[in-house]
Amino acid sequence: MAKVLVFIDNPGHALKKSSLELLTIARSLGDAAVAVNGPLNDDVAGAFGANGATTVFRPSSDDLDAYLVGPKAAYLAEAVAASGATTVLLENSFDGKEIAARLGIKLGAGVITDVVAVDQDGTAHKSVLAGSYTTTAKATTAVSVLTVKPNSVTPEPAAAAANPEILTVDVPESASAGAARITGRKDKPASGRPDLTEARIVVAGGRGVDGDFGPVEELADALGAAVGASRAATDAGWIGHDAQVGQTGKTVSPQLYISAGISGAIQQKAGMQTAKVIVAVNKDAESPVFEIADFGIIGDLFQVLPQATEEIKKRKG
Amino acid sequence: MKIIVLVKHVPDAQLDRHLSGEDNTTDRADSILSELDEYALEAALQLTEARGGAKAGNQVIALSMGPAGAVNAIKKSLQIGATEGVHLRDDALAGSDAAATSLALAAAVRHLGADSPVDLILTGMASTDGETSLVPAQLAERLDLPQVTFASELEVDGGRVIARRDSDTHYDTIEATLPAVVSVTDQINEPRFPNFKGIIAAKRKTITTLTLAEIGVDPAQVGKAGSWTAVQTAAARPPRTAGTIITDEGDAGIKLVEFLAAQKLL
Ligand SMILES: Cc1cc2nc3c(=O)[nH]c(=O)nc-3n(C[C@H](O)[C@H](O)[C@H](O)COP(=O)(O)OP(=O)(O)OC[C@H]3O[C@@H](n4cnc5c(N)ncnc54)[C@H](O)[C@@H]3O)c2cc1C
Ligand SMILES: Nc1ncnc2c1ncn2[C@@H]1O[C@H](COP(=O)(O)O)[C@@H](O)[C@H]1O
Repeated sequence: MAKVLVFIDNPGHALKKSSLELLTIARSLGDAAVAVNGPLNDDVAGAFGANGATTVFRPSSDDLDAYLVGPKAAYLAEAVAASGATTVLLENSFDGKEIAARLGIKLGAGVITDVVAVDQDGTAHKSVLAGSYTTTAKATTAVSVLTVKPNSVTPEPAAAAANPEILTVDVPESASAGAARITGRKDKPASGRPDLTEARIVVAGGRGVDGDFGPVEELADALGAAVGASRAATDAGWIGHDAQVGQTGKTVSPQLYISAGISGAIQQKAGMQTAKVIVAVNKDAESPVFEIADFGIIGDLFQVLPQATEEIKKRKG
Repeated sequence: MKIIVLVKHVPDAQLDRHLSGEDNTTDRADSILSELDEYALEAALQLTEARGGAKAGNQVIALSMGPAGAVNAIKKSLQIGATEGVHLRDDALAGSDAAATSLALAAAVRHLGADSPVDLILTGMASTDGETSLVPAQLAERLDLPQVTFASELEVDGGRVIARRDSDTHYDTIEATLPAVVSVTDQINEPRFPNFKGIIAAKRKTITTLTLAEIGVDPAQVGKAGSWTAVQTAAARPPRTAGTIITDEGDAGIKLVEFLAAQKLL
């Protein structure tokens, strides 16, 4: 059976939904193994087993986080060799894509990013040109390296849990020579809301919120949604840059995207037009966002959003 | 300082973009300098201007790999302020994926560093057509240089580069020794527009064309033959059609919730 290696960077205390998705895809393609970086606690080791991983690789060094991606790619190349994997799956974050990029060069392997589905024969599905085309692509090399977007599959545990063997992989000493160092790190405060890229519902605000994200946040909380924003809103400093949706922000494909006070510029659409259902609230009937909205309201977000929030609370009792 | 800025010629994202031909490659009519590479060029100009600019011998070389039209991205870069342009152009390059692109660009960078060393290779955070962000990391890997990517702030001091990079969960400070490959985000600066003086000055700047033979790359290593991935099928996604549009008459919030309920989204 084909061997598939999933890279999971610093799982912490519990596996993220996107990691569970990677494991689910790995199992659908063959025999799944994990290469983990960072501390491995018992719960997470157990979760790897429950998700069918037969082997878990760990790096011989514990300082890979002190460098920007290069040494992690070197470790992963060793883990690929040790596992005999022909497919490597990573998350589609900045770091994930760059580790994949360097791993590809090290192994002479084709890299495909932004993958949303993988067929049995390794064909990857993705959308390109800001969601205007869907394509299939395949690595022509012995090993293929794929970075998979969150919300691509419904994560499911394995039918039969495995009891993974834990093996240590030697990271070559040369891996960190000359690599860029991370010399300072400041954690960002957690919002308590769902992760933007993984959320089922996103409520996003733009310049139209005029400095007040209150109505957007209250509607998001009533819906259990993540909060997004246009670049105009993040540039103005009304909300953190991590909330930016679009070409240079996050790409989201939720079940529902509610856009409020956002005009719908091409760079904004690039990040959200693959959402299943789009609702737009905008004062200006001429706004381009109405061209892509399934349900559009020409109105003032400061009226419409709070009324919707109240109605949802009423219905949910 | 000697800085190479990687600039790509891409289809204008404001217009409809298409994939065409047997290999589903991007249609490059109506192409422009990739918007995100303007941030890299601006960063290069700010670094060299702080050191006396071109008069003090600082170089900002705009390097683009692409077909004949890619010279337009270089010309625009010269108008904005790059001191010279280099166009890597060869029929064999057509259809290159990120791996093949990084191989050719790495060879071009080595070629340009042969007479005097390069301090920095600056790139955009992603090309607005390929959107992979693979090329900068692959270039660093191939050149065996430190990779400092997605910089939202950048400083060069005493042979070191210091950058800030934001991830989802934290802000990082990254440091590396020069030379390094650095990609910058659209948070780093406000790119300038070419002015009249710049447009006139650009006419006197040199654009050198390089072929694969001149940089010592075997044509079989690039293009479709040298790529490690192949696009198999491409289908235009049906354009989203506008749905129901209503004007608020005092109850639109309630109608919104009714719509969500009908769509089973509550
Ligand atoms: C290189 C580059 C990258 C970019 N990347 C991104 C990106 O990733 N994401 C992104 O979003 N943008 C991006 N942009 C910016 C993009 O071009 C637009 O400028 C931006 O999306 C506009 O934000 P906006 O819609 O919030 O603001 P505006 O275009 O100013 O629109 C505000 C809207 O709010 C409406 N409005 C005002 N008041 C109300 C009210 N009370 N109730 C209801 N509606 C109201 C107005 O009618 C208007 O339509 C990028 C630009 C560049 C050059
Ligand atoms: N053909 C090219 N010519 C010059 N620079 C390029 C080319 N392709 C990619 N780049 C550079 O690499 C960056 C990232 O591109 P990509 O990896 O395609 O998303 C771009 O912003 C450019 O700076």
